[in-house]
Amino acid sequence: MQKTATLDADDMADSSIKSSVKVTNANPLDITDEHVTVGSYEVNNAKMSIKNVNVYYGDKQAIFDVSVDIGKNEVIAMIGPSGCGKSTFLRALNRMNDTVDGCRVEGDIRMDGQDLYSPKLDVVELRARVGMVFQKPNPFPKSIYDNVAYGPKIHGLADTRVDLDEMVERSLRRASLWDEVKDRLYQAGTGLSGGQQQRLCIARAIAVSPEVILMDEPCSALDPIATARIEELIEELSQNFTIAIVTHSMQQAARVSQRTAYFHLGKLIEVNPTEQVFTMPEHALTESYITGRFG
Amino acid sequence: MQANDVFFLLMGLSALAFYMGRGRSLEIAGELRGIRNLHSLPNYYGYYTALWCGLPALLLLCLWIIVDDPVIIAVVMDSLPGEVLPSNSVEHTLLANKINNLAVGVLPSAGQSEVLISAAQQLRDLTQLSRWGMAATVLCLALIGLAWGRSFVAAKFRARQRVEKVVQYALFACACLAIFTTLGIVLSVLFESLQFFKSVPVDDFVLGLEWSPQTAIRADQVGSSGSFGAVPLFVGTLLVSVVAMCIAVPVGLMSAIYLAEYANRSVRAYAKPALEILAGIPTVVYGFFAALTVAPYLRDLGESFGLSVSSESALAAGAVMGVMIIPFISSLADDVITAVPQAMRDGSLAMGATHSETVRRVVIPAALPGIVAGIMLAVSRAIGETMIVVMASGMAANLTFNPLDSVTTVTVQIVTLLTGDQEFDSPKTLAAFALGLMLFIVTLILNIVALQVVKRFREQYE
Ligand SMILES: Nc1ncnc2c1ncn2[C@@H]1O[C@H](COP(=O)(O)OP(=O)(O)O)[C@@H](O)[C@H]1O
Ligand SMILES: [Mg+2]
Repeated sequence: MQKTATLDADDMADSSIKSSVKVTNANPLDITDEHVTVGSYEVNNAKMSIKNVNVYYGDKQAIFDVSVDIGKNEVIAMIGPSGCGKSTFLRALNRMNDTVDGCRVEGDIRMDGQDLYSPKLDVVELRARVGMVFQKPNPFPKSIYDNVAYGPKIHGLADTRVDLDEMVERSLRRASLWDEVKDRLYQAGTGLSGGQQQRLCIARAIAVSPEVILMDEPCSALDPIATARIEELIEELSQNFTIAIVTHSMQQAARVSQRTAYFHLGKLIEVNPTEQVFTMPEHALTESYITGRFG
Repeated sequence: MQANDVFFLLMGLSALAFYMGRGRSLEIAGELRGIRNLHSLPNYYGYYTALWCGLPALLLLCLWIIVDDPVIIAVVMDSLPGEVLPSNSVEHTLLANKINNLAVGVLPSAGQSEVLISAAQQLRDLTQLSRWGMAATVLCLALIGLAWGRSFVAAKFRARQRVEKVVQYALFACACLAIFTTLGIVLSVLFESLQFFKSVPVDDFVLGLEWSPQTAIRADQVGSSGSFGAVPLFVGTLLVSVVAMCIAVPVGLMSAIYLAEYANRSVRAYAKPALEILAGIPTVVYGFFAALTVAPYLRDLGESFGLSVSSESALAAGAVMGVMIIPFISSLADDVITAVPQAMRDGSLAMGATHSETVRRVVIPAALPGIVAGIMLAVSRAIGETMIVVMASGMAANLTFNPLDSVTTVTVQIVTLLTGDQEFDSPKTLAAFALGLMLFIVTLILNIVALQVVKRFREQYE
């Protein structure tokens, strides 16, 4: 079980981050079954709060007892060696794991206090509130306009065509794609460049005004320039949205996020303000990873 | 010695050549201490030698077989005394056949003229001679090839590339064979059709509204004027195909969507093979099912509603044909639906779409070109289908759009025109070729359209 010794919250009011007591393992690179996440994994103004979550694929456990809060309008980065369960964890947050045969999620995940895994919850509505951007840009084989209008159409957000046009334009502008595509809204979305496609996917996701956006390595298929544009975009979006981003690039985590969570073999090792994680990590494993000893 | 004996001997020699070439290369390798010092693996030297041994000899053998008979007959005919030689070419061929039959013994020699009997004897002798000559030359060539091929085997010799070149030519030859066969069929159909269009004008055929292909054999026969208007046949074909597609497309598509999107693994494991068994039922079985079960049932059903349904109706044939095509459409559609990347579905689900919205708005549109192409292929199958319509839709060339009537189709008429004893130059028989040509053109167009659609489909995702 995880225990936190919370400092006086008022002291930390600015950063709205609580701190924890440092836990020292006997052998720093050994994670035992009783592993405890170190760092400030709880926050005051949590948008989502994840408590003791386990995820299984059939008999195989992929996520072990993970607890972490995601603050309102915060960008939290998730890093870790591949196969450590970052995607699995992310997909638990909008119940995309429901679509995977044999995948089972245990534990407590709440958004604004509402239990996401309660039988009463409407998954369709949840996914409209928690948007997702995938590793490989996956625009639908439709026109750019229809790609962005997809969400508003299925959720009935626009009453008139004018409303819809407006929504599409606003979303494309917020995804800083409008200027590039305004003359070819009715051409196929698949005809755009990789970076444009990814921004189209972001526009598609924000068209339904979600509260949280999950991004699973959104830049790993893109070139450095397209990556830079997406990073700028994330920065802008963070003013209105809560963003959880999985990345394999530590520089990217350092550039875009306020807090960083380090996963290792399905366990959450450390969560701390990004600056701290990259300058003086609390856990020996985190240190080994960011200094490139494995990954 | 027969040609096939020679062939098997040749194969044996080639096998021997393989071992000799291989053995030679191993010898060389032994001298050089190791196979790695050879350019190619020993087997390649073996293949190379075997090819030299077998290929030229095989070609010679084929050539000999083709040229053999005509040459011998020509020689025999030439040596006949001038007065027995007929003047026109038909009689000439008949005489040649007669001599041939005498020589083989099909025709008893009793009562035939001396000249012919001796000609037959000459034919027999020459044939015998030619056989032995063939065996000797072919096998000689094979042995020369063997020695020649083996003499090339050397450490630096690039047997691997040479053999691959030959394999490449062989593949090319097979491709050509397939193409030329098709071309041959098309051309022969085309020529016979032209023959037909000499006696029946093209526009009478293509636009004529009456089909009754009985022509008078004797001048005084009545009631057999012979009219070759193909429109009723094409309308019949269209009618039956439309009925078939009305059943096959919705059912096939829905079952494909169910199998690809909703069925869990165990259902899929049984349902898919079960559907494919449907595809394996011979069409003749569907045919008598249509004729003996479905058609009478439809007629009785129609009667109870006060409709007059012919006992051989387009509806019965079309319905059963539709059932026959279901697995075809569903398996093609299933393939294209499963080929839609999971990322598309994830993208839609993550937007908060339900499963059925995802299927309707993303998966089906993405798969649509492939589905359309599948349907086009199914249509050309329906048009070409014969057995079911022969049995269940009747022979009467009614020009009607009523599916409860009896109609006939292009394929049915081709069958009836060509079964039984026929003359091969009457318009009645030649009409079959013209119908075949039309059918070919229609299905060709459909296939081209389908291929075009499939090509567009490929450009859909990246
Ligand atoms: N659909 C699946 N079925 C079974 N195992 C899976 C599935 N997806 C992921 N896993 C396993 O779960 C673990 C975590 O995977 P993932 O979340 O994709 O890691 P990451 O995104 O950090 O690279 C891996 O060991 C992987 O093999
Ligand atoms: Mg991943």
